[in-house]
Amino acid sequence: MKREILSGNEAIARGAYEAGVRVACAYPGTPSTEILENTVQYASIDSSWAPNEKVALEVGIGSCFGGARSLVAMKHVGVNVAADPLFTLAYTGVKGGLVLAVADDPELHSSQNEQDSRHYARAAKVPMFEPSDSQEALEFTRLGFEVSEKFDKPIFVRTTTRISHSKSIVTPGEPVTGLPTPALEKNPPKFVMLPGNARKRHYVVEEQLQALEEWACTQSFNRVEERSSKVGVITAGIAYQYTREVLPDASVLKLGMVYPLPKQLIRDFAAKYETLYVIEELEPFIEEQVQAMGIKVIGKERLSICGELTPGRVSKALLDQEAPVHYAPEIELPPRPPNMCPGCPHRGVFYALNRLKAFVTGDIGCYTLGFMPPLSAMDTCVCMGASVGNATGLNKVIEGEDKQKIVGVIGDSTFLHTGINGLMDMVYNNSTATLIILDNRITAMTGRQENPSSGFTLSGEPSPVVDLEQLCRSVGVKHVRVADPWDLDGTRGIIKEEMERKETSVVITRGPCVLIKRDLGQHKTPLVIDPDKCTGCKACLRIGCPAIEWQADEGKAHVNELLCVGCGICEQLCKFEAFSTISDKGGK
Amino acid sequence: MADKVTNILLAGVGGQGILLASEVLSEVMMLAGYDVKKNEIHGMSQRGGSVVSHVRFGKEVFSPIIPEGEADVLFGFELLETYRYLPLLAGHGSVIANRLRLMPPSVSIGVQEYPANLEERIKAQVDKSYIVDGLVLALQAGDARTINTVLLGALSTMFNVDEKLWSEALEKMVPPKTLEQNLKAFELGKANCG
Repeated sequence: MKREILSGNEAIARGAYEAGVRVACAYPGTPSTEILENTVQYASIDSSWAPNEKVALEVGIGSCFGGARSLVAMKHVGVNVAADPLFTLAYTGVKGGLVLAVADDPELHSSQNEQDSRHYARAAKVPMFEPSDSQEALEFTRLGFEVSEKFDKPIFVRTTTRISHSKSIVTPGEPVTGLPTPALEKNPPKFVMLPGNARKRHYVVEEQLQALEEWACTQSFNRVEERSSKVGVITAGIAYQYTREVLPDASVLKLGMVYPLPKQLIRDFAAKYETLYVIEELEPFIEEQVQAMGIKVIGKERLSICGELTPGRVSKALLDQEAPVHYAPEIELPPRPPNMCPGCPHRGVFYALNRLKAFVTGDIGCYTLGFMPPLSAMDTCVCMGASVGNATGLNKVIEGEDKQKIVGVIGDSTFLHTGINGLMDMVYNNSTATLIILDNRITAMTGRQENPSSGFTLSGEPSPVVDLEQLCRSVGVKHVRVADPWDLDGTRGIIKEEMERKETSVVITRGPCVLIKRDLGQHKTPLVIDPDKCTGCKACLRIGCPAIEWQADEGKAHVNELLCVGCGICEQLCKFEAFSTISDKGGK
Repeated sequence: MADKVTNILLAGVGGQGILLASEVLSEVMMLAGYDVKKNEIHGMSQRGGSVVSHVRFGKEVFSPIIPEGEADVLFGFELLETYRYLPLLAGHGSVIANRLRLMPPSVSIGVQEYPANLEERIKAQVDKSYIVDGLVLALQAGDARTINTVLLGALSTMFNVDEKLWSEALEKMVPPKTLEQNLKAFELGKANCG
């Protein structure tokens, strides 16, 4: 039997392949991104990046209405964007099965909040599976399509970061065959959600949920593991693994489906144990429903709602046992936060914004790191696309000199995700704020995914490129200027003029991400600092480039030639001409 | 080592190839017949931040992250990051650390200093600690980029696993052109862990 080590995301992609999925669509978002990067490896699946999660789900709904099994993937906050079609999809139901894979991020490893997607399952009345390792991620995804068709419902498969990015051993299966060929079907009572039709569908939704709950009580994905202890635990997902680690003798009701809950199974299980725990990450989602059934359980009175669980945190909360610390650093250590890469096109823009004392409404991407010292040039960050509306709103209420200091900063992919609507509003309502679009030709933060302005599709095929200048002009922006972000004075000059302008204006700073593989040939020769010319003024340190290292013993700056890509921003800050390229000196 | 789960914590800096090293280690332990789980956080890894990867293997592994204070081996790719993650090490645990210093941002910009004498500190605190001259040995193997394979060679001395499995995993996971150098690097690391 073939065994492979797969991540949760790879396993979801494999499950989709085995289920005969025809269409997979997503917007990248950590920790969900690798799902589509893996479905694209299967020739039988049409995999694509959509501009945002709402579009991704709508594409999935279209192919599902055509009768094809369809997978849509996103991170937790992506469901906020896709919520509009989701709630009504629950009413129409499906034709081909539809699975929405959603990856939550407890502990906010790479997110702006730690919302719990299980609440969406309940609010939208969409059943939700929750795997606890990669084998289950594969099986529940595959099963999700069958359940979707059997009960005429979209199905959530919910993971968390520690499932999405953990690898464990999986035994893959064979793909299904004999699925129906997609075809057009006119069925207005099911697919046209006008009040008259939707009213009737709501009854169907409730009946199906009831039927599904009763069915789920008898299925092996919800299982009881009886062990010696008098403690019973109800758990699901990654929390199941921590339960097994910390309470190896406890009996466990291991839920594979967290919505709807199998109430009869829970009642039968609860009746057998004197002490009953619910071990779950984030919200008391299972706990409150079990309490509402009149069953007393211990959960969030001990376990925190905030942050992720770990074996140590579960042990401390339930057994009062502190994790042992055998060794510890004896001195204070400098932290090592992530940083913009050497040569990053964003660095010079944030340096300019810092010097211009701009108030920067920020957005989601690598460039959010612009808030960190020494650049310290981002003042708000809320959600995808928020920089634009936030700038408009501030511009409405701030008067005097400060009014012209308000600048929105957004990446190309984020602008196309949900920024363009904000720009229409900015123009339409006569805002005098300035928007900077950091156009690095890629969706960088999540690992360099293609987007509608990058010129390529997910499968690597060339595609038309959105013309950002024309797009901005077409919504009515009269002043659209393009700057070279590696030219410090030029970029600063353009931003300054547009900030002063009493009309909506857009500055596009255009320079590809230094990590884009197809552009890596553009890297230049690393720079060196002549120690005789360096006066130790530290001007070059103000841009926070990881390739420039302060040598405290010598009182001079030094370029790490293994990191430097020769972008030359530092050189523009040096008044003593201490920088040169290695080739200028005729070799090292 | 039969039934008990063995925990290896890899620590270093984004961009050092820690994920590939943990993939090779996991593959070897799967080929050796163990249950294996591994975990790391993606997303920030390419931006020079602190990176850890958890690898656990044994008869049956539950949590993909190592319970606090239970790492059998702290496998460090950089000295500061090795020292930072000491609290996760078990009382009986070992440290294998690469002799390399990479400046974090606050040190680069001259606001903080890179801690002095980290090698000595690690050796003074943990009895079973081994410092490996990764770069020197990688250059001996013929390519600085084989540094992670040198370190894996050093790590391999901790386990009783058929040597063929390591070469099998390397063959599967490194570019074919570099296989010979990688195998040499592995041997050098193995011979120089002490």
